[in-house]
Amino acid sequence: MSRRTNSHKYRSVIPGFGLTFGITIAILSLVVLIPLCSLVVFTAQLSFPEFIQTVTNARVRSSYFVSISTALIASLINAGMGLLLAWVLVRYDFRGKKIIDGMIELPFALPTAVAGISLTHLTTTNGWIGSIFYRFFGIRIAYTRFGITIALIFIGIPFVVRSVQPVLEKVDKECEEAAGLLGASHWTTFRRVIFPELTPALISGFTMAFARSIGEYGSVVFIAGNTPYKTEIAPLLIMSQLQEYDYASATSIALVMLVIAFLILTANAFAQSMVSKRVSNLA
Amino acid sequence: MADTKKVAVVHEGKAGRRIAIGACVVFLVIFLVLPLVYILAVAFSDGWLGYKKAVTDEYAVKATLLTLLATVVALAINTLMGLCAAWAVTKFSFRGKKILTTLIDLPVTVSPVIAGLIYVLTFGRQSFLYPYLEKAGIKIIFAVPGIILATVFVTFPFIFRELVPVLTAEGTDEEEAAALMGASFFTIFRKVTFPHMKWALLYGMVLCTARAMGEFGAVSVLSGHLRGKTNTLPLYIELLYQGYDFTGAFACSSILMIFAIIVLILRSALEARGKTEKNV
Repeated sequence: MSRRTNSHKYRSVIPGFGLTFGITIAILSLVVLIPLCSLVVFTAQLSFPEFIQTVTNARVRSSYFVSISTALIASLINAGMGLLLAWVLVRYDFRGKKIIDGMIELPFALPTAVAGISLTHLTTTNGWIGSIFYRFFGIRIAYTRFGITIALIFIGIPFVVRSVQPVLEKVDKECEEAAGLLGASHWTTFRRVIFPELTPALISGFTMAFARSIGEYGSVVFIAGNTPYKTEIAPLLIMSQLQEYDYASATSIALVMLVIAFLILTANAFAQSMVSKRVSNLA
Repeated sequence: MADTKKVAVVHEGKAGRRIAIGACVVFLVIFLVLPLVYILAVAFSDGWLGYKKAVTDEYAVKATLLTLLATVVALAINTLMGLCAAWAVTKFSFRGKKILTTLIDLPVTVSPVIAGLIYVLTFGRQSFLYPYLEKAGIKIIFAVPGIILATVFVTFPFIFRELVPVLTAEGTDEEEAAALMGASFFTIFRKVTFPHMKWALLYGMVLCTARAMGEFGAVSVLSGHLRGKTNTLPLYIELLYQGYDFTGAFACSSILMIFAIIVLILRSALEARGKTEKNV
């Protein structure tokens, strides 16, 4: 019996592998594999100089820059706020905590277009928030990169909180007590004892928020203003190439974004393996 | 206060605690609550009658129905796929498992616009499939099937992802015992596995529904943007917004907002339910 489950060569006694595996592969092929293959086939037809020319075009380069820089700033802010939110939700008891905890996923549940138009209207120069910023600081939010960053902060809130929260719940309290008894200040205890435990989860949440923000479209198009070279994000550029039926350019721009997404995913996988290593060391 | 002391070993004193909670509340009110309040404020700016008129508009109703259709189909396909894939991945060991899970997870890491693009490349005019599709009279791009496919794609791994950790934690012992006693696949699934994962399954289905209803980017690429035909509710909202019909746009937004709030409440309830069952 144990030989059966331990060795890959022996088949499991549990039935249903053929059926479930077959259905999985069938649906996966139709929805993901065939479309991906067609992307590869289409890419192979592109000429390399043309591809380079498209993706190094000044307008395309600046769209990558806008996408990556706003996503990076938004994800960094989310990493900080997410850590604080997770801390408050795990360590403190206060009235309304359950409501706050339930609200964290709102950016995930609320359609991006709905969030987009609402945030845009709030932050225009005569909106509820935008007017305050414009009158007192002379800062415009909507239709600038600042606005894009705001939309991306909204989108990224749940990622860091939901990634850090479960880890923080499991942090060993005895180590903290020991640190405290040994005379460490609260700040030192946090920095030297708790924070290292949270780092992998924090990185993982950050990379997920970052990956999502780079590709985000719905909430950003409304608030961005979409001025070429200034507030035009890469997904929007793909969209406008598609509307002109210029599939070659759209695919070229998309390929670079896929590579960036892949790099972020790899970084995330690396963080994940750090987490599992830590767990196996503890056990 | 007593239980705070018990929970919080690192306690920064009352001031630190107040500042931390205050900062979080301010952040969430500005980013999460204000947009919701604003949607309602604009939606009802023309009074109840104006709201009712915008929501019951012929095209708004058609867009809502199309959104519901795409959501239901996406939910059905992803539930079937999620159950099968989770079963195959957690109950058996086979080569290429990691590749399989990566491929299933892939759709959510791809930008929605790129998701739309790859379907255009697959079924559009320049595709080698196009002549066959045209001969068969099947229209996918800029039509309802395209919208449904895009919705399935963007929500692809949601149910699978929720099921895998539960089934992994449960192990395979009970299923093996049942199989050795001669139970069939469906019996094992129904009587042994399903009770363990029902809350995770429901939870995944709720997440899938939420995302499917609101998908914008991918659907926007594949929709023909025809009013009443290939416009989903989020696309219809965009159309109204760009036509400066703000009351209409926010009124329709409020429908989706209510759905979102229901989803959040269901989510919290399901999570609490799952936790209490685990402890028992």
